[in-house]
Amino acid sequence: MQRHRILIVEDSPTMRQLLVFALKRIPSVEIVEARDGMDGLRKVTSDHFDLAMVDINMPVMDGLKLIHLIRDEESLATMPIVVITTEGGEEDRARALALGADEYLTKPVQAGSVLAVVKGLLKI
Amino acid sequence: MSQRDGELFERASEFLAMFRRGAEFTRELVEENARLRRSKLELETRQSDAAQDPKEWERLREELVDRIQGLESERQDALERLGTLEQENRSFAERFLQIEEENNNLANLYVASFQLHSTLDLQEVLRIVVEIVINLVGAEVLCVYGIDERSGRLEPLAAEGRERTAFRDTALGSGVIGEAVAQGEIRYREAQSGAQSDEPLVCIPLQVGEKAIGAIALFGLLMQKERFTALDHELFTLLGGHAATALLAAQLHGQSERKLNTMQGLIQLLTQ
Repeated sequence: MQRHRILIVEDSPTMRQLLVFALKRIPSVEIVEARDGMDGLRKVTSDHFDLAMVDINMPVMDGLKLIHLIRDEESLATMPIVVITTEGGEEDRARALALGADEYLTKPVQAGSVLAVVKGLLKI
Repeated sequence: MSQRDGELFERASEFLAMFRRGAEFTRELVEENARLRRSKLELETRQSDAAQDPKEWERLREELVDRIQGLESERQDALERLGTLEQENRSFAERFLQIEEENNNLANLYVASFQLHSTLDLQEVLRIVVEIVINLVGAEVLCVYGIDERSGRLEPLAAEGRERTAFRDTALGSGVIGEAVAQGEIRYREAQSGAQSDEPLVCIPLQVGEKAIGAIALFGLLMQKERFTALDHELFTLLGGHAATALLAAQLHGQSERKLNTMQGLIQLLTQ
């Protein structure tokens, strides 16, 4: 079975735990957590990931900056990115998608919708 | 016998064997032909008898009608079984969705409960309460109140969406928050996404047994949050009990730490 590595970049431990809980229902998934944008950037550039889930409002480096830096990296240009955020405005959504995010989910999220989006992007 | 004669004999015997196989095949064909002719004749005779004899014809007709009825009945049974299976399938699909939803809801409740009891640090507990209400409920403006033991008033301990100082102290039994805490009942107002008010949309009293600890008041929701769901109500109930226990435990732990430090300082002073 092919393993899928997912990076969760989220400053809230509650959200991280909830996302891990949801994603663990996919048997082939291996999850790595990052606490802020900088931590996420360090991890995503030093290891291989099949998908990243990124919050927008985070300390040290926000999610939009992180997405921008990820898309600047040639080897990460096609890695799917899912944004999970409290920002529900259309402008926020458009900005994140324009920077290179593939999906935009607003909190509170349902585990079912997270799973559906991740499975769709990973084609599993 | 010369070598040429030997080869001729060998070829002649091969030809003979082939001829025998051909003859055998022809004989089989002739037999099959005879069998089919007999069968055709029987059928023609039967058909002709049936056509001539009304009783035989009727018997044949009845046989066929019975057979058709049997097949029709089998088809009906199969259709009924298919209908039952489709119904079962639909009910399984519905049940699956319900279980999925329950599973997701339980995951949220488990995570909230786990996080609340993951620390004994008061500020950390307050941060977790705020985080749960933002991320799992979808609140934008909220305040966590605690009861000041000396004044007996509800004082803001943590806030989100506005400065903590923007929220006022409240006397127990006074206003929506004071009444909710005094009566130990969750108070709701019609939720409107994105709207903010000075009156809380929801006030959750925090209680350990009969002892009131404080309250969580939600004043505004995120723009994408349209209404409270069944899960939100479950979370409010969970927060009312578990956040209260976590806050009380953290407060008591803080007090005991301070007392321990004081006693250790005193002992150190006496022993020097």
